[in-house]
Amino acid sequence: MALKVLVGCKRVIDYAVKIRIKPDKLGVVTEGVKHSMNPFDEIAVEEAVRLKERKLAKEIIVVTCGPPQAAETIRTALAMGADRGIHVEIPLDQMDTFQPIHVSKVLAKLAEQEKVDIVMLGKLAIDDDSNQTAQMTASLLNWPQGVFASKIDKTDAGLEIIREVDGGLETIRTTLPAVLSADLRLNEPRYATLPNIMKAKKKKVVKMKPADLGVDMAPRIQVVSVEDPPVREAGQTVSDVDDLVAKLKDKGFSSA
Amino acid sequence: MRGLPQLLSRAKRVRVGFSASEPVLAIQAGILQPDKFTQTFVQLRGLQSSNVISQAPLAAVADTDSGKQLRQELETIVGPGNVSSGESVVLQHGQDEGPHQGKSPDIVVFPSSTEEVSEICKICTKHNIPIIPYGTGTGLEGGISAVDGGVCVNVSKNMNKILQIHQEDFSAVVQPGISREMLNQEVRADGLWFPVDPGADASVCGMCATGASGTNAVRYGTMKENCLNLEVVLADGRIIHTAGIGSRPKKSSAGYNLTSLFLGSEGTLGIITSATVCLHAIPESVAAAVVGFPTVQNAVDTVVMTLQCSVPMARMELLDEVQMKACNEYSGLSYPETPHLFLEFHGSESEVESQTETVRDIAADNEGGEFQWAVQQEDRTKLWTARHRAYYADIALRPGCRSLTTDVCVPVSALPDLVTATKADIAEHGLVGPMVGHVGDGNFHTMLLFDPADPEEFRKCKEVANKMARSAIALGGTCTGEHGVGQGKMVLLEEQFGKDGIDVMRQIKGALDPQQLMNPGKVFSRN
Repeated sequence: MALKVLVGCKRVIDYAVKIRIKPDKLGVVTEGVKHSMNPFDEIAVEEAVRLKERKLAKEIIVVTCGPPQAAETIRTALAMGADRGIHVEIPLDQMDTFQPIHVSKVLAKLAEQEKVDIVMLGKLAIDDDSNQTAQMTASLLNWPQGVFASKIDKTDAGLEIIREVDGGLETIRTTLPAVLSADLRLNEPRYATLPNIMKAKKKKVVKMKPADLGVDMAPRIQVVSVEDPPVREAGQTVSDVDDLVAKLKDKGFSSA
Repeated sequence: MRGLPQLLSRAKRVRVGFSASEPVLAIQAGILQPDKFTQTFVQLRGLQSSNVISQAPLAAVADTDSGKQLRQELETIVGPGNVSSGESVVLQHGQDEGPHQGKSPDIVVFPSSTEEVSEICKICTKHNIPIIPYGTGTGLEGGISAVDGGVCVNVSKNMNKILQIHQEDFSAVVQPGISREMLNQEVRADGLWFPVDPGADASVCGMCATGASGTNAVRYGTMKENCLNLEVVLADGRIIHTAGIGSRPKKSSAGYNLTSLFLGSEGTLGIITSATVCLHAIPESVAAAVVGFPTVQNAVDTVVMTLQCSVPMARMELLDEVQMKACNEYSGLSYPETPHLFLEFHGSESEVESQTETVRDIAADNEGGEFQWAVQQEDRTKLWTARHRAYYADIALRPGCRSLTTDVCVPVSALPDLVTATKADIAEHGLVGPMVGHVGDGNFHTMLLFDPADPEEFRKCKEVANKMARSAIALGGTCTGEHGVGQGKMVLLEEQFGKDGIDVMRQIKGALDPQQLMNPGKVFSRN
């Protein structure tokens, strides 16, 4: 009863890059900036590959919604061990308005078409921090969800998932099919090796548009403005402890 | 080997006063007639000779007329925002992560191009001012200490690009601001990695300057085997390419091997402004293993036999029982307190499996204990935790202490005797000295812990360290395997090479740096 897994991944600005706001204050500068696969999606891909290595999964399909450059993200996932890819192409200038609601509709449609057992996503993307796609996808499909997963095991009846929650760890059991999202401690993703990068070049990637899946791209959210955090102000040098205490009192930080 | 504890104690600026520098200035060598400019520098320098322990505010020098003129000339080259003589800036640029107190330079400049570095050197040559190159400041031997003051050239702040990555040729060209972890981040998506991994996240060009090495040297080599070409700015401002302009073939018989000359020259012959380094394929499969032994001899015998069986080991690290105890306490582990080998295997899945089997058998033949091993990334990380956190574990043994880290390297067969003798010496002096070794190379480090407020304890550490180095030399080894000579091992270098050997080095230095401006007071003395 080997499972079919659909893994979603997103091409985002690399986590190490210093972000700059565009002059029109409606977004961030993306041109000429280093991009890579969303780190939580790397963890999701890694988990899918491990399910295959444990012989619990038989096929891994990786899907991305992104501009033409996102083809590289798919290749990375294929080099890590996914079997084939689906690239839902979004023109670069429409990336800002293609939001989690659209992505979850795309994923729900593909999950049904491909008849998958698990939809595996990263818990959030590091550019918008939305943490919505997995939940909305599950809702559209009416499937159970195991989000913030830090451990995934197969049981006779379905899956047992340990989730990271504020109070600690929560263990849940779900039936299959299900939607899961990967949290940080689920695993440490492997690096793609050269032999696997070479093999990945031969794996199939199918291109399509959101319209092909009956998904309309009209934005539901409008970004009003994007701003830098306030600039850090210069500190004040104090002459001695009494001065420090006096200043703290002035600013209301001490009542004593 | 270093990290947060070292950085924190650096912030305390504890006065130890053990600078090994000599207040010798270029003009005393009689090479140049000092101009008025230089005379003022000399006078003010004289006020800050090495027997004054406290650091007088060095703004004094930079505020003189000659200081201001120098500053103006430097600002014309790099821009006003890229010249500083602020107290905390110069303090930071004279102190590395070793135990010796460094001397601050007078001025720090932050060039943005090789051409700017060249102009800076020309100015300093004109005014006879010492030049000290600075990368990440993560050295351990006081290599950046401005013993005669001068201009510190920080080449990492603004010159921080990866210039080229050649995936198919397995090479990359980097500027000094690129550290080894930054380089790895860039190339891993292409299935490549840069394997030289000293403890710190050091500048790759800085690693060329010190001839650095790491845990992977046994299979992938040190910096010397992984550098194809260097762009170097000489003291007089000339820019050369040690293997040819833009050259990056895997091998060459063209001309003198200048790359080898500058590798490990510790900033005494020129400033490295870019390095062409080798990359390697990320191994398909990686396995880690840990095994304990009753004695160091058992562990080393295992290593020797493994090498003789041509097992292409990627990492072979020895931790002695003192180190294992420290690791247990720090990381909450429960290894038996005996010498342990930490091993890593690289290759295809089947190769890694058969290598592991072979080594498991060899270890068992040498009284090896339980052989723990792991393949999954996070299990390997857990297994190697003890080794990765070794330095922090050592500092935690005596909170507030600092470490004199020794670095001898001997032929592998000589290792057990040297280790035994060293441990006896450490015990005799009443010191705590956990030991970590790149045992596949015959290179080991002892972290001799000392209380920074106790000069007597530091003196004992130095005594043990020097004795160890002399024994290593006598056994056919070297006084420094990877950290470099800096200031602390200059005497030992003379003993290792003999007078004629050092004289040849002096002649080469004299030819390339006649005014003796490049990083004075390092590697060997003037005469």
